[in-house]
Amino acid sequence: MAAAAQSDAFVAFEHVQKSYDGVSLVVKDLNLTISKGEFLTMLGPSGSGKTTCLMMLAGFETATHGEITLDGRPINQVPPHKRGIGMVFQNYALFPHMTVGENLSFPLEVRGMGKSQRDEKIKRALDMVQMGAFANRRPAQLSGGQQQRIALARALVFDPQLVLMDEPLGALDKQLREHMQFEIKHLHESLGITVVYVTHDQGEALTMSDRIAVFNDGRIQQLAPPADLYERPDNSFVAGFIGENNKLLGTIEDLSGDRALVRLPTGELIDATPVNVREKGQKTLVSIRPERVEFKPSMMPEGAHTLDAVVTEVIYMGDILRAVLRVAGQDGFVMKMRNTQGQTRLAPGEAIKVGWHPQDARALDP
Amino acid sequence: MKKILILSTALCGMAYAANAEVVVLSWGGSYGGAQTEAHLKPFTAKTGIPTTMTDSDNPATPIKAQVEAGNVTVDVASVEYADAIRLCDEGLLEPIDINSLPAGADGTPAAEDFLAGAVTDCGVSTDIWANIFAYDSTKFSGDAAPKTVADFFDLEKFPGKRGLKKGAKAVLEFALLGDGVPASEVYATLSTPEGVDRAFAKLDTIKKDVVWWEAGAQPPQLLADGEVAMTTAYNGRIFNAVITEGKPFSIIWDGQIYENEMYVIPKGAPHMEDALEFVKYATSTEGLRAQAQYISYGPARKSALKDELLFNDGKTVMGPHLPTAPENMTNALESNFEFWVDKDAELNERFNAWLASN
Amino acid sequence: MTDLAANALLTTADGRPLKSALAAAQVRAKRRAFLLVLPLLLFVLLTFVVPIGQMLHRSVYHDGFSANAPAVSAWLAAHPAGTAPDEAAYAALAEDFKAMKAAKTAGEAGTRVNYTLPESRSLFTKTARVADDLAPPYREALLAVDAKWGDPLVWEAMRSASSAYTSDFYLSGLDMERTADGGIERVPPKERIYVYLYLKTFALSALITFICLLLAFPVAHLLATLPMAKANLLMILVLLPFWTSLLVRTTSWMVLLQGQGVVNNTLVALGLIKDESRLSMMYNQTGTIIVMVHILLPFMILPLYSVMRVIPPSYARAARSLGATSWTTFRRIYLPQTLPGIGAGALLVFILAVGYYITPALVGGADGQLFSNLIQFHMTKSNWSMAAALSAMLLLGVLLLYWLYDRLVGIDKLKLG
Repeated sequence: MAAAAQSDAFVAFEHVQKSYDGVSLVVKDLNLTISKGEFLTMLGPSGSGKTTCLMMLAGFETATHGEITLDGRPINQVPPHKRGIGMVFQNYALFPHMTVGENLSFPLEVRGMGKSQRDEKIKRALDMVQMGAFANRRPAQLSGGQQQRIALARALVFDPQLVLMDEPLGALDKQLREHMQFEIKHLHESLGITVVYVTHDQGEALTMSDRIAVFNDGRIQQLAPPADLYERPDNSFVAGFIGENNKLLGTIEDLSGDRALVRLPTGELIDATPVNVREKGQKTLVSIRPERVEFKPSMMPEGAHTLDAVVTEVIYMGDILRAVLRVAGQDGFVMKMRNTQGQTRLAPGEAIKVGWHPQDARALDP
Repeated sequence: MKKILILSTALCGMAYAANAEVVVLSWGGSYGGAQTEAHLKPFTAKTGIPTTMTDSDNPATPIKAQVEAGNVTVDVASVEYADAIRLCDEGLLEPIDINSLPAGADGTPAAEDFLAGAVTDCGVSTDIWANIFAYDSTKFSGDAAPKTVADFFDLEKFPGKRGLKKGAKAVLEFALLGDGVPASEVYATLSTPEGVDRAFAKLDTIKKDVVWWEAGAQPPQLLADGEVAMTTAYNGRIFNAVITEGKPFSIIWDGQIYENEMYVIPKGAPHMEDALEFVKYATSTEGLRAQAQYISYGPARKSALKDELLFNDGKTVMGPHLPTAPENMTNALESNFEFWVDKDAELNERFNAWLASN
Repeated sequence: MTDLAANALLTTADGRPLKSALAAAQVRAKRRAFLLVLPLLLFVLLTFVVPIGQMLHRSVYHDGFSANAPAVSAWLAAHPAGTAPDEAAYAALAEDFKAMKAAKTAGEAGTRVNYTLPESRSLFTKTARVADDLAPPYREALLAVDAKWGDPLVWEAMRSASSAYTSDFYLSGLDMERTADGGIERVPPKERIYVYLYLKTFALSALITFICLLLAFPVAHLLATLPMAKANLLMILVLLPFWTSLLVRTTSWMVLLQGQGVVNNTLVALGLIKDESRLSMMYNQTGTIIVMVHILLPFMILPLYSVMRVIPPSYARAARSLGATSWTTFRRIYLPQTLPGIGAGALLVFILAVGYYITPALVGGADGQLFSNLIQFHMTKSNWSMAAALSAMLLLGVLLLYWLYDRLVGIDKLKLG
């Protein structure tokens, strides 16, 4: 079974550790396999070790311990230029003294490719990113989005099997960023390449990835597809890092199978799904997504516990209405309601009862 | 226009003293020191007129620049004979009447007391000095020591680097003397193109071993550093290095080229009258004798040579160390100012061309 | 709405044309800006434009003869080149000499003629001394003073000096001279110096620039990549020579490099060279190159450093990831991006090297002399016009290179830091 997983893996990190100063570890025992054609995102706050992992894969940093394999071949000793990995950099790193065409030609030239073949590949790569007319421009004459496309084309022009992207959209404005996310995703699907993508933007990670590895403190906190990550975070870090969520601190009152009863400091009881709590009396942090909070009894399951809440603020956001509530003596509890025809409009000061499906509230480590 | 050009290029890095001081511009080193001790200090002590000494590699250079710029800061300058004539011809110096100079200590009128040619229209001789060559006596001694000017050019018998002044004057004459041209025929020879070629041909024989010097203080230093085995020099500089610093240098008088050093007053000197007083004092019998106590240059007044001169150590008799001592004059050449006034530019350019070629 | 926009394009609210309103609004700001730069403008004008203009003027202007000998100058102007001097010419000359004697300016006039024809200065001073005794017929009288007055070369030289504006100094600077019939020819080989030294100066400066580049490149790279604290320390070492006077630095090199100097003594002590075969690194071209490279090195390092510092390491990484070896990365990615720094440093070092004269004068010996030493030589000889002409030649050469650089690399790519 393990052997099968090994042979299946296109990229594998095995017990990889990295230290810069010999005192502390930046990457602590990383184990990760990425299969061919996968879009894997390394997500985490800065300093979490995700970029270091990417750099070790690219060959710009050496692993202090452990092994990295690419297509079954150990690459620890392989210099970066022999790894055949395409890379897109945060600041694009387009060579400023070369035209767009020359930038794309560079990886082909160093591979000793003939001119006609180069031209053909350059044209194809530029067309792929809809930049066919820009071959003779200099990078400085292009907008940020255009530079991004060229950087993408350059990383793909020599047909690498694996493409690494280090926060490639970080410098773009929101609208362009969202647009580029779809383009990159589309390219990934149509070319069938393997992409390892580093970002600290959880929205970006959720939109694009097949799987997301959430990094914190040098470790992968959770490795899962976007939906699992969002809906079923393994721990409070992941829950807090991905999306908005309400946190209620409490103590496990009762634990039975996939149900946990949590008592809040103010005495109320709430339902939750136990994730990484083991015993009664344990402190826990219950995480509930704002959009899963209900205030109409009809929407709540039978016999669900409810909490008294006071509306402190309602914000109109167009597609949704966002109500900030005071719940269990805590301010800032958020509830999102779809802005549908006939939606009940709450007003500040209104007293309501809120509740949720137990599977939407996850009892995590405090 | 001249003013800006000259001001921006003038070489003088000297700090000129404030007004009411007689500023004397000289050659620095032990020569400047001798003039300070023998002329400036006693003059100030006697008259109460303050004096300042400043240095230059060649005091004639800034004078022309200053007079042309109309910004004269020097009152008295110590220049070579040919320069005194040339500057005077160009109207850059104040004329000095020989009859206004003090009579000798023995009462002889100045016009008779000074040696022939020692007073010109604009200049008064302060001493007679010589271009000689000197060697390091730890390198050559006894019979193996050089004796004649020809030996300077004999690299086989006397191996080692040679120091020579970077410039045509005195070097070309020295080369001809070294080539066996009698002193009396040197300038006649040098007046012909063949003679000039001959001088350069002689210099060619040692060219690759020459270290060129520019300031008078350099030759004793080059000898002391072991950078050269022999060098031409101003005789007083070597004398002072030997007597006061105990350096093992020996002077060869054969082929010496001597001339008068002149005090001149630039046209438009700021303290003209005091400057003239200074020149009168410095070139009096007393002034000339005083200077000879500090450096081995000969006084140009007969009255100053009557009594034996002693160096300021109180024991060294100066007579034999002066260029004018009869035993030093056996093969001596008096520098021909007319020749140099005329040919200075041409021969120096030729010299530069020769220096630059390989 | 459209109407309003169209009107607004043409006039302001009170009906003035928009263009003139804009100009009026800006005139104050422009005046203020001009007044702010005015002191700088005056400074540049006074310290740069005026002196250079004067230098250029001086290189073609010398009135030493024309101002002091107006009569003979007038005669020469009235008669074409090659005309044999007649009695009127000699009479004019005698008249001028009488005036020159009174004004003590014969030396000045002679000096000017001497520049064109060597050995004629004494002819003037000598003739001036007896000027008062000159009487008709003047031709015989003057020839009696010196037979040279009958020499056509002397008259040709006076003709060329009779105009205050002259190209003689440039001719000399090109190793050319005038012939008796007013033609131009090269001077005899033994007297040729300027062209040879000119070319040598540029060649030697190029060599010094190249050595500086080779030495400065790794140092600048190190400076740009080291952590701040270490880079600062290294930077101090680089700048240290700037804080020492030029003369002190040069003298220290003499102590190090001379025959009995530290380097030679060390080599002999180590047994690497024999005592009698000490290296001669001083008072020759080697000395000039070593010392000038040392003095000019910071001028190469600093522009390189300022360019290298801002080259992100991601370029090199991108190149490596695209499949380039480290050498290819250096050659095709890093080096081209340092070109503005190389260009600036090279231009700076080259121009400074071309103009240096103190170092070659002190450590250059015979074959380490450069063109600028000749300029200095003429200045010490008070031949300002010649010095100015040579300076102008040097300036022209540098400008030519500058132009070439602009054509090849582009001056806008220059980055001084």
